[in-house]
Amino acid sequence: MASANRPVERPLSPHLQIFRPIITMVMSILHRVTGMALYIGMALLAWWLAAAAAGPEYYAVVSAFLASWIGRLILFGFTWALLHHLLGGIRHLVWDAGYGFDLPTANAMSWATIIGSAVLTILVWGVGYLVM
Amino acid sequence: MSQQMRTPLGRARGLGSARDGTEHFWRQRVTSVALVPLVVFFLMVVVALTGADHARVAATLSSFWIAIPMMLVVLVAAAHMRLGMQVIVEDYVHAPIPKYLLLMANTAFCALIGLVGVSALLMLMLGGR
Ligand code: HEM
Repeated sequence: MASANRPVERPLSPHLQIFRPIITMVMSILHRVTGMALYIGMALLAWWLAAAAAGPEYYAVVSAFLASWIGRLILFGFTWALLHHLLGGIRHLVWDAGYGFDLPTANAMSWATIIGSAVLTILVWGVGYLVM
Repeated sequence: MSQQMRTPLGRARGLGSARDGTEHFWRQRVTSVALVPLVVFFLMVVVALTGADHARVAATLSSFWIAIPMMLVVLVAAAHMRLGMQVIVEDYVHAPIPKYLLLMANTAFCALIGLVGVSALLMLMLGGR
């Protein structure tokens, strides 16, 4: 509490209106967002398993919803969230093991997560449509 | 700092002020490592079942070597997402009553997911229908 009456010109940081988004920051947010989306999405998995156990009539209802365009959209989003969170999770585990903290590596892992999750999502859906 | 602030017994236990030390962190890591192969397995099963009718879905899910790892997927995911959502609640909700209500709701939701998923798989595997 020294010299409280003297205004000190300190830089204001972080500057909340103007800042440059950093890839690692975006990835941190995305890991949380995809985690929350998967959390909700797990209800869908439980519902699907319950429908399979309930028998053909009820399974047909659930399966018709999942095959509708809105159902497919949700499942596509779930697939991407799962793959993004999986790759992002591996990135976290690499950090937990004590590696990859330098900027080039951290940035490279971020881009690998984004591009990898997009490519794998398309791959998974491509194979899905092929076997259908 | 910790040298002066903590008793020798507290330091030996190593549990810190929240009394559970690194337990939460560690469980989150263990479930994450387990989920890597489990999620790959899960994706292979659902992709293989794309567009399948009930008979084929039920036959696949009820086979022992699919049903058991599928139960692991459900159980480990339920444990993992409970830990994850707990952190999110603790990060953003600070008023005690909403916080504890949300933490309880989180536990209930994840327990329900685990219970429904495993029960459904057991019914399929044990041939209820
Ligand atoms: C079934 C799917 C999954 C669900 C529902 C799920 C859910 C969540 C949630 C809600 C969080 C909290 C996010 C946060 O604190 O910001 C989280 C964190 C985490 N997840 Fe997942 N997750 C799933 C799969 C995975 C997989 C496959 C991995 C693979 C490595 C993984 C690794 C992690 C890690 C390392 C964290 C902690 C990140 C941190 O310390 O901030 N998760 N997950």
